[in-house]
Amino acid sequence: MKRALPIAAIWAALVALPWWLPLIGGYTALGSKVLIYAIATMSLNLLLGFTGGLSFGQAAYFGLGGYGAGMTLKYLAPSTPLAILIGTLAGGIAATLLGPLVMRRRGIYFAMITIAIGQLFYFVMVRWNEVTGGEDGLAGFARQDIHLGALVIPLSNLNFYYLVLLCFTVAVALMWALLQSPLGHTWVAIRENRRRLQFLGVRSERYVWAVFAIAGFITAFAGTLNALLFNFTSPQDLHWILSGNFVIMIVLGGMRSFFGPLLGVIIFVVAQDYLSSLTGNWMTFIGLIFVFIVLLFPRGVLGIFDRRTKVA
Amino acid sequence: MQLLLFNAFNGLIQGVFYALMALGLALILSLNSVINMAHGGFLVIGAYLAFTLNPYLGFWGALVAGPVLAAAIGLAVERGLIRPLYKRSDPLYSLLLTFGLALIIEDMTRTIWGAQGLPLEVPDIINSPVSDTYFFITGYRLFVIGITAAAAIGLYLLLRYTLLGVRIRAGTRDLETTAALGVNIYRLRALNFGFGCLFAGLAGVLAAGILGLTPPMGNSLIMPSFVAIIIGGVGSLFGAVLGGLIIGLAAGIVTTYYPAASEAVIYLMMLIVLVVRPRGLFGEEGLFE
Repeated sequence: MKRALPIAAIWAALVALPWWLPLIGGYTALGSKVLIYAIATMSLNLLLGFTGGLSFGQAAYFGLGGYGAGMTLKYLAPSTPLAILIGTLAGGIAATLLGPLVMRRRGIYFAMITIAIGQLFYFVMVRWNEVTGGEDGLAGFARQDIHLGALVIPLSNLNFYYLVLLCFTVAVALMWALLQSPLGHTWVAIRENRRRLQFLGVRSERYVWAVFAIAGFITAFAGTLNALLFNFTSPQDLHWILSGNFVIMIVLGGMRSFFGPLLGVIIFVVAQDYLSSLTGNWMTFIGLIFVFIVLLFPRGVLGIFDRRTKVA
Repeated sequence: MQLLLFNAFNGLIQGVFYALMALGLALILSLNSVINMAHGGFLVIGAYLAFTLNPYLGFWGALVAGPVLAAAIGLAVERGLIRPLYKRSDPLYSLLLTFGLALIIEDMTRTIWGAQGLPLEVPDIINSPVSDTYFFITGYRLFVIGITAAAAIGLYLLLRYTLLGVRIRAGTRDLETTAALGVNIYRLRALNFGFGCLFAGLAGVLAAGILGLTPPMGNSLIMPSFVAIIIGGVGSLFGAVLGGLIIGLAAGIVTTYYPAASEAVIYLMMLIVLVVRPRGLFGEEGLFE
């Protein structure tokens, strides 16, 4: 239980974030964004870092979650929990249905198919103008106050941050539990030696399907929160550029560690926020970050401290 | 009927660009084991350099210089950035690196040449319509088809009949054995990467003559090229070309009846192929399953 102390410290810092973040020039919505991206990247890391499946199209499920939530609020019912539920189901079911198409592929081909499949949803959202708002994105919806019986919780920026923190905590606990379970151990075994696992009679593709679907559900869940945070979602939320950003955030933090993606997200989102206020050429700097991390820090920030991990 | 022909022909031209892109991507994918996300970047480099050199070299000179310079930059990138990654067996890193390059190239293009679209002047001799009824069949479009066919046949002859081609094909099958037989596989992979970028640059110059130049043009052509490879079958260059033509044609035909679905249709076709024939139309068995 020697890990319990740092985790408690991190969590305490997150609870207190609305007080200390403005002191160093941040704002509460930035904290919400970091936690939302952390949910998405940590779930993607179940697939990428723990199972070894190079998914490069995860933004599709993130965006589907966002559109699901936004369209629920706009067309169906003014209910935040319902929006989160429907968005999560939309992205998760899409991932579950597409899983069989990718579960047998390895390495480079897995990556290529996930990239290409992701673009399908991008074009659906861009071209289905009347419903999705096309290129301009889906606007005209707002997160609604939460009604718990007689109790009404208004979702101000501050309260929404705490809702996100609650969701983050639940999602992290779930993912932690999954990795401790036999299922999680099978994922790691697939990463380490898939062929050997198959010789042992394990149908590894079913486990890849499972992790693809689970990562899809949790990423879509994060996507719904993202749409609610900005009361807006756009095709950029399911573009392959965002998929690539998710992957680099994971590698930046350290893809072999459970909390690595959280660290990567903090560094990346803050850097992006800062760079885009500083220069119009921030895309070049993000690109340079990619190149430098790949060439110099392939194990990520946490990997620097952990000598056991090797670059495969 | 006229409209259908018009759109189908437009789609075919689009498909020619996909095919050229897919050809280069497939070359690099099979021998270098790199998903070259920066392939669109090399297309843009070829196109913009041709645009810049056009006033000095004329269209014909630029048509040669653009792709050659794109290939030269590709060689430098391979030597400096991609070669260090070959020893890492995880394809993640080369994918991320070329992804970063794609962002850098698009942004730098915007900074150097501006975000506005630019036209590439095409000589009048080849730019006039061939007939009045079929006004959309301009000489330039036939020229594009001709050049692409020549390039594809040239590549085929190179791979089939030259020592270099034999080595590239051997390296694709079994890199270790090829190296053990005394082939310098580093040079082989570098050349192969250069060839891939040459095709990207060629696609860029040819596309610029029809679509004009914009910084994101490469990144919008790259995804359909992936689809072309998946549909045609990984490991088959012929499949990549055919896949590109098929999806271009399909997108063109769908434009006639239901324009909003013209992009989505190619991804739907890919899903159908993946369900019915996972290795693609001409893919090698086992490589992809």
